[in-house]
This record gives sequence, structure tokens and C-alpha cells, in this order.
Amino acid sequence: MLVRIDGLHKHFGANHVLKGIDLRVKEGEVVALIGRSGSGKSTLLRSINGLETFDDGLVEVDGERLHADQTDLRALRLKVGMVFQQFNLFPHLSVGRNVMLAPRTVRQTSVAECESLARAMLAKVGLADKFDAYPDQLSGGQQQRVAIARALAMQPKVLLCDEITSALDPELVNEVLATVRQLASEGMTLIMVTHEMRFAREVSDQLVFMHQGRVHESGDPKDLFAAPQTAELAAFLGAVG
Amino acid sequence: MMEFSIWDLIRNLGVGAAWTLGLSLTAFVLGGVVGLLVLAARVGPWPRLNRLAKAYIVVFQGTPLLMQLFLVFFGIALAGVDVPAWLAAAIGLTLFTSAYLAEIWRGCVEAIPKGQWEAAASLALSWGEQLREVILPQALRIAVAPTMGFSVQVVKGTAVTSIIGFAELTKTGSILANATFQPFLVYGLVALGYFLLCFPLSRFAARLERTFHARSH
Repeated sequence: MLVRIDGLHKHFGANHVLKGIDLRVKEGEVVALIGRSGSGKSTLLRSINGLETFDDGLVEVDGERLHADQTDLRALRLKVGMVFQQFNLFPHLSVGRNVMLAPRTVRQTSVAECESLARAMLAKVGLADKFDAYPDQLSGGQQQRVAIARALAMQPKVLLCDEITSALDPELVNEVLATVRQLASEGMTLIMVTHEMRFAREVSDQLVFMHQGRVHESGDPKDLFAAPQTAELAAFLGAVG
Repeated sequence: MMEFSIWDLIRNLGVGAAWTLGLSLTAFVLGGVVGLLVLAARVGPWPRLNRLAKAYIVVFQGTPLLMQLFLVFFGIALAGVDVPAWLAAAIGLTLFTSAYLAEIWRGCVEAIPKGQWEAAASLALSWGEQLREVILPQALRIAVAPTMGFSVQVVKGTAVTSIIGFAELTKTGSILANATFQPFLVYGLVALGYFLLCFPLSRFAARLERTFHARSH
């Protein structure tokens, strides 16, 4: 198992947002987290790289364990990449520098090596010619692909995608999904929170439906979409079409 | 009684102005260094240090600079150490400046979207690296104008050090006013001196602000 989550609990004040989550992700597997807003899916995703703390339970990625109250997250984060809804590119750095920053700062790779790494990663997402551009000169879809390249440059074992197409204009969604699909086909382990149901059905190996802080139903996406076992999932799929 | 020509006045006030400038620079540079440390303590992931830094800022912002100077000047003397006026002035103004700069810069740091911290954190950058590589370079752009604006306050703030006997521009002015019986002329020249120090700073601040706005990266 590449990712193991055991009995994860989290409260926001009096609000119990994660009520004992267990999740297993194999290497090369693509997991889609779906559910209504407030179901805890983003919180769960953000717990996997320590952006959210949790009160009880365990997260383990490639042998790197994270307990509640742990403050040293570096070793874990070296194994986990993340792409955000709002891209979060660094506006003061060129596209190339965005991708080079972490390898340079954290891994202390030489500038020349960082640069060739960054060029390779940008080529992978189809943006080799944007190395010297600045984020505000790119479309949303291009920015999101740069964000993917930036995460990949750290060679993570698993990539977390938090609603990465939700902030995009409809005509830009596909170029980002194509990039994710390509990563999946190359064997990248992906855990994604998504509202793109068709994409989730096509690309994921495991579908996880979250409801009121619990994994309400999970399994093979084709089965779940064809015959949801719970009324809640049926209602959710009906609502999102 | 000694006769003072206008040139004598200007020459003496020039020396006082040089002290004012020196004290301002000292307070601003040292205050900047201390302010950066206070800023880190204020916004860093250490709850206890956060509270301490907040208290530091509140105390220095909530008491008159003059009282701070008195406390430094007489407080250290009470401990049996004789502090020269210039040193007490430099220490007092540095503390004062650091508290204000830390608070100004905190505002600039907090204006940077939370997603920038999160993106940097998710790339395994340590807190210090997040601050240094991602947050401060962006915060710097918005900090330029208020920081330079505050430097003008520091220059004018040095005037109160005349009360503990530091012979900067205002103190020199009051000595000369007493000696010449021409307070209006002397204090007019003193005011002109402050204006000559502060006006270029204001202009410089405005120019920097334009440069930083024009150059969006």
C-alpha cells in the first residue's frame, strides 16, 4: 500500500468533519473523492500532506507516517505533491522559476540541473515554450498545467488534486484533464477531489463517495455509477447528472 | 554676548542636522533588523512567541515615544550603568521603530493570499523558506510605500530625543534660540532642516512605489 489512512478524525470546533476515515491506495492507483460540499473530501485530501491537522488517526505515505499533532512534515511532503483549485503559482517568479524553486531550495539541486528538470516537466505538460513567461501572462488552463509541472518536479510518490478544474472556464477544463489522464496512464498515483463525474468514471480505479464525514460508499467506479448501493450516492449522482 | 551671523546659525544647525540624520539612519536600520525578527516572531508557527511579539508591539505603539526614551535613559542608569544620551536615544528609537515596522510588515505579509503559503508548504519548503522565497518577495512590493512613509515619521520622531539632552537638530535649535534671542528665525531654520531631510524621502517613496507598480514582476 502506498497510502494508508486509518481512523482519521477531525473537528472544526464543535463540528465533527471527519468521523473515522479509512482509505487504502495502491501504487499507480487513481482515486476519485466525490461528495457534496461539506462532506469532508477536501479536508481529507488536505490531511494527506499535513495542510490540515487531524485529531486522531494515522496517515502513512510510502512508509512515512504522520500522526495527530506532528509538526515536522518535511519528509512526508517530499513524497506528496499537491495541485490546488486556485493554481497558487508564485506571481513574482517566472514559470520556469516556479518549477525550479522547490528542487533548488529543498533538494539543493544545482541551478543547471533544476533548469533542465523544469524544462522537461514543462515539456511534459505541453508548455515548454512558456519557461520565461510569468503566471499572469498565461490562461487559467496553462497556469494549472504549470502547477502540475511544479508539483511533478519534486518527483512525488502521490499527487493530490483538489478540484483542479473548478476555477477554470469551461473551454479550458479539457486541457487540464488531458494532462491528468496522461499522468494516470503513465502510472502516477493520484488522489483527486473532483466534480467532473464523467472524468472520475473514466479515469479512476477507485471511487470514494464521502457523506457527512464518512466514506459512505466506495469501490469500482463503473459499478458505483451503474448501481449505487446507498440512497445517498444515488441521490448525489442524480443531482450532479 | 556673542554675535551670531546667519552663517553661524546654519553651520551649527547643520551639525545638529547631521546628528538627526545619523540617529534616524541608525534607528531605521537597526529598527528594521529588529523589526524583521519581531515580524517573524509575530507571524511564525509559534503561538507563545506570537503573543510575546504582539505584546511588544502593543506596548511600544501604546506609549509615547518620550516615555520610552525616559524609561531607557533613566532605567539603564538605575541599573548603575551610565548611558550617554546618544546611546539612549538610539536604543529608544530602535525599539520604537522595530515595533512599528513589524506591525506595518505584518499587514503586508497577511495581505499575501493563504494559498501562497500552502503551495510553498506542499512543495516541502520549511516555514522559513516559505517566508523567504515566496511571501517576503511579494510582501516587499506592497511594503515599500508604507515603510518609506514611516521613515519620515522616524526622522521627525528624533526631535523628542532633544529632551534627554541629545544635541540633534531640535536641541541645537533651542540652544541657539536661547543664545540669540531670535527663536522665530532659529526654529524656522530648524523646521526647514527637517523639511530638507524628509521631503526627499517622501519623493523617493513615491518614486519607488511607481517603479514597483510599473514593474509587476
